[in-house]
Amino acid sequence: MMEIGLAHYLTVAAMLFTIGIFGIFLNRKNVIIILMSVELILLSVNINFVAFSSYLHDMVGQVFTMFILTVAAGEAAIGLAILVIYFRNRGSIAVEDIHLMKG
Amino acid sequence: MIYTFCFYLFATVTVFSGIMVISSRNPVHSVLYLILAFFNSAGLFVMLGAEFVAMILVIVYVGAVAVLFIFVVMMLDIDYSEMRKGFQKYLPIGGLIGFLLLAELALVGMGWGLSGGVVTDPATAIPALTEMSNTEALGSLLYTKYVFLFQMAGLILLVAMIGAIVLTHRKRPGVKKQNINKQVMHRRSDAYEIVKVKPGQGI
Repeated sequence: MMEIGLAHYLTVAAMLFTIGIFGIFLNRKNVIIILMSVELILLSVNINFVAFSSYLHDMVGQVFTMFILTVAAGEAAIGLAILVIYFRNRGSIAVEDIHLMKG
Repeated sequence: MIYTFCFYLFATVTVFSGIMVISSRNPVHSVLYLILAFFNSAGLFVMLGAEFVAMILVIVYVGAVAVLFIFVVMMLDIDYSEMRKGFQKYLPIGGLIGFLLLAELALVGMGWGLSGGVVTDPATAIPALTEMSNTEALGSLLYTKYVFLFQMAGLILLVAMIGAIVLTHRKRPGVKKQNINKQVMHRRSDAYEIVKVKPGQGI
């Protein structure tokens, strides 16, 4: 078997990223799954950062991963809060219904 | 050898649970697969020598974000089978865009491989494990060189917290609550009045 290198980790991250994008298109009606797909995308970005950090012997990648984690946590909280009040007002979370602000 | 085995184990389970997140019928199962994906990525991070980030990933994502997702999924009373309707319709376009992205990422990776790598700033190099641990190295960088960014991250979390509270806070009509100010301001004259009634007259 081959030695595990940077390319292996980048491949895993690329696959996760593609799965995340694919999930956004596949679950066009379910906002919760779309939010989970965004989390998957951010996770793949984190894998990329940590892999580069490890293989280039630079600490900054891990520092930046912390900040991405912060932003991802905030994004999930705000997104789910918006989802909850939207459901409270409309009684559904279908993405097709969310066009009230269209002019 | 064990390193290779662990990598393929973690990577396979991560990608598999990623696929299950987007394709499982029940959103609760999706959240559980998301947790599995996070755990296995934490394993990958440990293999890369980033123990602190791995533990933070488990604590923040599994402990906070995934639990939040589970709460919301269980709180909202939605017919999820209705939501699966457009699944087949969006499959081709989603697959096309996903494939294009994967091809582009592969091209970027190949181009990066051909260019012969990059040179990094040695000022922030990872110290040897005999010198200091991963957590110590991260902290010594985070609290010195990136302290303002660190404070900014705290502000982002504060804004997110206040935003989530303000968004979901509501005043329910018909709920009886104690209003202390109103109680203290209450005077005897507000409650009753003395009416002098002359005999035989009525009010």
